[in-house]
Amino acid sequence: MKWTLAERVLERGRIEPDRLAVRLLWSQQREQAVSCGDLLEGALRYAGRLQRVGAGPGAVVLIIHQHSLDLLYGFFGAVLAGAIPSLLPYPTEKLDTERYRNSLEALFQLIQPKAVITYPALAVVLKSLCELEGVEVLLPQPDDHSPLGEAVSVAAQDIALLQHSSGTTGLQKGVALSHEAIYRQLESCAEAIRLSRDDVIVSWLPLYHDMGLIAGFLLPILKSIPLVLMSPLEWVRAPHMLLQAVSRFGGTVTWLPNFAYNFCARKISEAALDGVDLSRWRAVINCSEPVSARSHELFAHRFAPYGFRRAALAASYAMAENVFAVTQGGIDEPLRVDSVDPRALAVDGIAIPSASGLAVASSGRPVPNVEIKIVDASGIQLPERHIGEIALLSDCMLTGYYKRSDLTAQVMRDGWYLTGDLGYVVGEELFVTGRLKDLIIVGGRNLYPGDLEEIVNDVGGVHPGRVVVFGVPNVELGTEDVAVVAEVETDDADERRRISENIRSGIARQTDCIARHIHLVDSRWLIKTSSGKISRHANREKFLRERELATV
Amino acid sequence: MDLHGPIADYISAEILKDKRRAIGPEEPLISSGLIDSFSVVDLALFVESEFAVRIQDHELNAEQIDTLDALVKLIKTRLA
Repeated sequence: MKWTLAERVLERGRIEPDRLAVRLLWSQQREQAVSCGDLLEGALRYAGRLQRVGAGPGAVVLIIHQHSLDLLYGFFGAVLAGAIPSLLPYPTEKLDTERYRNSLEALFQLIQPKAVITYPALAVVLKSLCELEGVEVLLPQPDDHSPLGEAVSVAAQDIALLQHSSGTTGLQKGVALSHEAIYRQLESCAEAIRLSRDDVIVSWLPLYHDMGLIAGFLLPILKSIPLVLMSPLEWVRAPHMLLQAVSRFGGTVTWLPNFAYNFCARKISEAALDGVDLSRWRAVINCSEPVSARSHELFAHRFAPYGFRRAALAASYAMAENVFAVTQGGIDEPLRVDSVDPRALAVDGIAIPSASGLAVASSGRPVPNVEIKIVDASGIQLPERHIGEIALLSDCMLTGYYKRSDLTAQVMRDGWYLTGDLGYVVGEELFVTGRLKDLIIVGGRNLYPGDLEEIVNDVGGVHPGRVVVFGVPNVELGTEDVAVVAEVETDDADERRRISENIRSGIARQTDCIARHIHLVDSRWLIKTSSGKISRHANREKFLRERELATV
Repeated sequence: MDLHGPIADYISAEILKDKRRAIGPEEPLISSGLIDSFSVVDLALFVESEFAVRIQDHELNAEQIDTLDALVKLIKTRLA
């Protein structure tokens, strides 16, 4: 395998032009097969258009597209032009476009993109910003016969792409990944999951997310594995699309965030599964939010009648800073579930085996090129079964946060990347138990509490600065819920209801996520730390305690 | 047949977990963020089983069923 993304796409397009690269699916049975040759040609047209506007080697090119051919061609066009592509989320129907534009404005100033590949409706929203910053806008051209571009060769150490998570905070942290890091990750991940040319990968994951981009896009395309790709927006309305596609196209491997196991198990009608055969599905890999053994049970039980094999349940611990996979489990042997004493886990930070204890699902072992260790706050390695921060070392780590070396320095110690996640090891096996960093993961999507608190602060009737946002588990959905606690002056019920509605709609319009719990409290409810800051941790504990009492 | 009542009750009780929350007939449900993407499919499954009608996947979006009125209208065309 060649070392750079461009070399690989060129090679596939020339050696096996007729082999299926991607089959795009839409609702109402619409689909389009894209061969390796099609992909190369489509990408070279975009490369030509980019080169004609001066977006060549080293230039950042943003790609903001929904599920479409232009998304594929635009991304690989930037790759072939030697530019640095970054796929960003598109605004959905709820999101306030003004707010979306503002979040991109800060990003533009930081990374100074040369071009944006997008669709007409969004180009209208971004027009003034692009003019101001001198950014070229490239729109889809039906029946594009524009001249093909020239593939530019770059070095393996060069930055291949930037991976952002959303929100004000996330957009400041563009994970810069080199070609060689991506190459090594793909090799390692492929080995860990025993990937072969007989596999068919089926995915609905968004490509602006690391799991979607690496596992559900680059891995199959660059490793010559057919990919069946659907729209995340359509999947969430019709989760049966995934199972029908796996059945129809003989899907063998799929990555899912934990909530999707619950979602599929609970929200698909019998009628939609008529004739579905899942017996070829050999690995359904749980990744990007905490793995729940219960979610696996729900899924296996629901789909067993359709040929789903329990042995297909797998899990991986992954992050953009390592390109993708850190560990992998459930491929050669069943995924282990550790049963531990919940009290010792919470109080002493030790995972003591206990037959009827708390079930902690394994995330498997490090993939071949990765080493992990568990460390305490001062960086000292902890023994087996002791909870600490997960640190990792590999040959496929990030080059750095793009133009934010200050942020890179904060997460590195002696060459090891500090993940901000908590866990323990038993032998080589990793068990993830929690999080040190303030982060909420809803349906696989990362949200930063600070971004949400800022929005709540601006809502009329809320005590400015007297707000806290955190994540609480939602067992039913198999993910986390966003919870808001805000101090208000009024005790009028109607007025409080109005404030709640404004908080809910403010968060929905500005972040595209829903605050499921909005708890308005009287002054002085919130707990402060000794240094006078509002403590997310202590207030979360208080919120959960009160909620528990209320349901007794 | 009153269609508004049972759907509004379902939304308040099961999706919003707040029975006292009244849902206006023209109140935006999806575009306002009142119903999140995880719950849109619940609403569709409820409507399908409650009124024995089929809602197509592509109809579950803010353009087609953003309000109770719009949803009821869609159901009525199916029942007719």
